[in-house]
Amino acid sequence: MGPFLEALTFQAGYNAALVAIGAALLGFAAGAGGSFLFLRKRALVSDAVAHATLPGVGIAFIVMVALGGDGRSLWGLLIGSAVSAWIGLLAVEWMVRRTRLSEDAAIGAILSVFFGLGIVLLTIIQGMSRGRQAGLEDFLLGSTAGMLFQDAMLIAGGGALVVAAIWLLRRPMTLVAFDPAFAAARGVNVRRVDLAMMGLVLAVTVIGLKLVGLILIVALLIIPPVTARFWSQRAETVVWTAGCIGAVSGWVGAALSASAPALPTGPIIVLVAAGLFALSLLFAPVRGVAASLMARRAFQRRVHRRQGLLALSRAEPIHDPLTLRILRREDLIRPDGVATDTGRAAAAKVARDERRWSIARQLHHDTALTGRYDGLTPIEQVFTPDEITHFDAAIGGPNLAGGT
Amino acid sequence: MGAEFVQFSLTPILIGIFAAIACALPGNFLILRRQALIGDAISHVVLPGIVVAFLVTGTTATGPMLLGAAGAALVAVVLIETVRRLGKIEPGAAMGVVFTALFAGGVLLLEQSDTSSVHLDVEHALMGNLEQLIWLRADGWGSLVDPVALAALPPELPRMAIVAVIIMVLTVLFWRPLKLTSFDEGFARAIGLPVNVIALGLVATAAAAAVAAFDAVGSIIVIAMFICPPAAARLMTNRLSMQVAWSIAFAVLSAVLGYVLAGYGPIWLGAAGSVSAAGMVAAISGVILLLACLFGPARGRVGVAAGGEAP
Repeated sequence: MGPFLEALTFQAGYNAALVAIGAALLGFAAGAGGSFLFLRKRALVSDAVAHATLPGVGIAFIVMVALGGDGRSLWGLLIGSAVSAWIGLLAVEWMVRRTRLSEDAAIGAILSVFFGLGIVLLTIIQGMSRGRQAGLEDFLLGSTAGMLFQDAMLIAGGGALVVAAIWLLRRPMTLVAFDPAFAAARGVNVRRVDLAMMGLVLAVTVIGLKLVGLILIVALLIIPPVTARFWSQRAETVVWTAGCIGAVSGWVGAALSASAPALPTGPIIVLVAAGLFALSLLFAPVRGVAASLMARRAFQRRVHRRQGLLALSRAEPIHDPLTLRILRREDLIRPDGVATDTGRAAAAKVARDERRWSIARQLHHDTALTGRYDGLTPIEQVFTPDEITHFDAAIGGPNLAGGT
Repeated sequence: MGAEFVQFSLTPILIGIFAAIACALPGNFLILRRQALIGDAISHVVLPGIVVAFLVTGTTATGPMLLGAAGAALVAVVLIETVRRLGKIEPGAAMGVVFTALFAGGVLLLEQSDTSSVHLDVEHALMGNLEQLIWLRADGWGSLVDPVALAALPPELPRMAIVAVIIMVLTVLFWRPLKLTSFDEGFARAIGLPVNVIALGLVATAAAAAVAAFDAVGSIIVIAMFICPPAAARLMTNRLSMQVAWSIAFAVLSAVLGYVLAGYGPIWLGAAGSVSAAGMVAAISGVILLLACLFGPARGRVGVAAGGEAP
């Protein structure tokens, strides 16, 4: 764990520290920016945007070489990638708006065609005399090996700008993400907000090209928001939680990858995020799998307990083993199945409440009240004490056989 | 169009055509069901599948590779469905989580294991090696009837042809249920069709096409052929049978034109060498789709004039 802790506390050398800080900022920007896309149910648009960066990278390289440069300036390549990603994004919007193709078909078409075009350009570049060492393949999966101070500053500064823009635009973006029609009625320009949302995603993609690569940047835009959604029901909390999850993934992932050879940064960051996702899926409160299993078990126990008590009150035999176990554990019946005193009392109460409910249904035709009868909600939670007294009066006292 | 064409271009073009048809056929129904991106997800998870198969068997023989890829596709489909149900997440996001995580795992395994000695890398999985599937034993059109030369055909050709034929037969056999479930799932369920089984069968067929095709032509063509020809065909007609026919025509056109342009285009322009055939096939299918978007007779939504704004 030595090298990993060193990398985690920025002690593993200048380059590793730069990468870790850059990855954390990028992760934060991606997580927060991707949240709106996820809430808008358009998470996979980012996949099209990411793949559409490739032809821009190729064209920027060719243009820079044609102008006499060496073609490897990160700034130039990123501007090229941003332009072609923007074209790809507009193409997706245009196809959805002007033809009857659905958004997923448009996304798939743009991502495969732009990516194919990019690969064609890469093979052209490999044939150029200057192209052999271009290293443009690094943009596919990211590479932190030769990261310079400027590159790290670019990632850090870009990440900070994206976060600032998200903070400024959080209100209209939340509105549009939840209810575009309502937002439009409120006078929000939905199309412009959508484009701003996409612009932020595009910025994250372009900034992340060098570090994570265009195939995996999608993961940083999708996994943290999905993970954050397990922990909160509030949009704004989801956004910032996703940012933090992204930042932690970036930071821990970069540190892990610096601590041993042959651990590529991008995939490790994605796998850390996926690990956090798996933990949240299983163990998050309320929405997690464990929590909903426990809630289900508790519900099942309440149903069985009530059915058992009803059976006791009617002196019917109980055969279900789970019901018997629950009643025995709560000391409502003796091991031989005969009701104890507490058991008889509880059974009497359940039977009385059942009578009260049936009276309530005759007196109240308000389904908002009587509709809450599910056999498990105590009647005291639905009706006031004097209403219940009223029901009890309607039930009346015990009738003697044969009348008086 | 002599011996050299038969030797160097005929087999890659034929393999490209069969791969394109095998992917475009299930693509038609995936697009109608708004599941177009399942092809994208499957072709990403092929990488971890082949890496695991290599690590287990230690060879890059075709059999284990295909088994690994198919296994990974199955795992991915099951995982996506699990995440979607357990986490109550929308399908797109569930897909995004699963395929990126699996792909990242594949890249990591690849870097961790010593695969430098064998031809196994990310770029190969993406781009395929269409250009290298040549038929060296051929010496002209006459070789097509020469059993000795035919025995030396690249094995990808018969494999891809068989897969394409099987998928065609399946499409014809299950035409009615596929059509009904794709257009009106509720009605199909009401008349007693096993809707879930058909949906699973369609995804499994798509996965089989993707797995068989990736090795020869790479993931790019697979994704492009799943989506672009059927999408362009959808803009040409309102009849499903015509749409499928158009999609096959577009797929074949993309494969042939893409390969020819990649191989001979640079030479016609006076440059040396050639460019990636897989990339070019995808690019051509994009051009076809663009033309269909601009001029396709059925491009508008129902109730909107062609080319008009959606309400």
